[in-house]
Amino acid sequence: MRMIDELIAATPTFAGLEPAHLELLAGCGRNEHVAAGELLMREGEAADRFFLIRRGLVALEVDAPGRGAMQIQTLHEGEVVGWSWLFAPFRWAVDGRAVESCGLIAFDGACLRGKCEDDHELGYQLMRRFAAVVIDRLQGTRLQLLDLYGRAPASA
Amino acid sequence: MVPAPFDVLAKRQDTEDTWTLELQPRSGEPFEFAPGQFTMLSAGGAGEVPMSISGDPDEPQRLVHTVHSLGLATQAVCEAEPGQVLSVRGPFGRPWPLEAIEGADVVIAAGGLGLPPVRPAILRMLAHRERYGRLVLLYSARSPEQVLFPDELTAWSERGLEVLVTVDSAGPEWRGHVGVVTRLIRPAKLETGILVAMSCGPEVMMRFVLAALADDGVRSDRMYVSMERNMQCGIGLCGHCQLGPKLLCRDGPVCRWSEIAPWLSVREL
Repeated sequence: MRMIDELIAATPTFAGLEPAHLELLAGCGRNEHVAAGELLMREGEAADRFFLIRRGLVALEVDAPGRGAMQIQTLHEGEVVGWSWLFAPFRWAVDGRAVESCGLIAFDGACLRGKCEDDHELGYQLMRRFAAVVIDRLQGTRLQLLDLYGRAPASA
Repeated sequence: MVPAPFDVLAKRQDTEDTWTLELQPRSGEPFEFAPGQFTMLSAGGAGEVPMSISGDPDEPQRLVHTVHSLGLATQAVCEAEPGQVLSVRGPFGRPWPLEAIEGADVVIAAGGLGLPPVRPAILRMLAHRERYGRLVLLYSARSPEQVLFPDELTAWSERGLEVLVTVDSAGPEWRGHVGVVTRLIRPAKLETGILVAMSCGPEVMMRFVLAALADDGVRSDRMYVSMERNMQCGIGLCGHCQLGPKLLCRDGPVCRWSEIAPWLSVREL
C-alpha cells in the first residue's frame, strides 16, 4: 500500500515538493471515504480542511432558491478540493458534494496554516501551487461564462 | 452547381431547438460523401445554408443533417416535415483525414453543435475499429438537456469509443462532469506522443482545447479542426469564406491546425 506522501507526490499539484515538505503535508493528512451524496464542505462554514481526490468525483455546488443545488464544476481523481482554508476569512464559498463514492486524503488546513507561518518556504510552495489551481479553475469559469453553446446571434 | 431535390423521410427533435432530418435524393442515386464534408441546404425561398453532414458515410442512400434552428434558413429547414422537398448542393469541402491517421490514438473534442460534424467520422472509425488505437470523445454541452445523441453516446462507448461528457452547469440529478471541455483532458489519460486530435465546436473552445493538448505535447500538425465561415458558393469561387489564403469551402472545412492557427490570431480577419 502506498504511503500518503507518495500519493501526494504523484499528483500534479504537489509533484516536485521537497521530501521534507511532503512529509509535513502528509503528517496533516489522513485517508477518508465518503459515500455518494455526502457533503464534504458547506457554504459559509469554517474552512479548516482541504481534500485530495484519490478516487471518484466531487461536485462544487451553489444552492439556488427554487432551483436546488446547481453544480458549477466537478473535480476528479488527482485534484484538490478547497482553497478557502489558505485564505482569510477561511470560510467555504461553495458546497462540495461527492457525486459518487470517493476515496480522499483529508488535510488539516488549520494545522498546515500554522506550519506555513513557521516555514515560509513551505508557505510559498503551497501558495504557488494553490494559485495555479485557482488560475486553472478561473480560466475554466471564464469560458463557462461565455456560454459558448448558448443561442448565438441569428445568421443563417 | 444545380441544387438537387431531396425528400424529407424522417425528422427527430434532438433538443429544444435542434432537429435531425433524414433526406433521400429524389434521383434515387446514392449520395456519396466523406466524413467532415458539408452541403448547401435550403428550404423553399428561405435561402441556402452550409450544413455539415451528420449521417453515416456507409449509408449513402440517406443524407442526414442535424440542424440548429437559428435564423430564417435553418428555421425553414427545421420546419420541413416528412414528405416535403429540400434543395441540396454538394457534398463540398475537405474531409477528416481518417485514412492518414490510421494506427494513431485519436481524441475528438466536440462542443455543442460540434458533435454532428464529427459523427460521420466516429461512425466510420467505429466501423473499422481495428485500424485505430484508442478512440476518445471529449464532448461538452451547455446542460444535460442539451447533450446530443445520448443513446448513441452509450452505444458508441460499447463499440470501443471512450466517451467523456461535460456540461457547463447542471442540477443535482446529473452524475457526470461539470466544467469546460479542457478539464476532461486529464481524466482521459491520453498518451500524447501517439495522439491525433480532431476538434469541432465554437472557435474559442477549439482554441483552448488545442492549446491545452499542445501544452501536453501534442504536435500542432497532428491536430485538425472543422472551421465554420460564411460559405456560399461551396466551390471556392465567391470568396465569402476566405480566411487568410484559404477558401474554407474548398480548402476546409477540415484544416490542419498548424496551417490555420496563425490566421485565427489575426483579429481583423
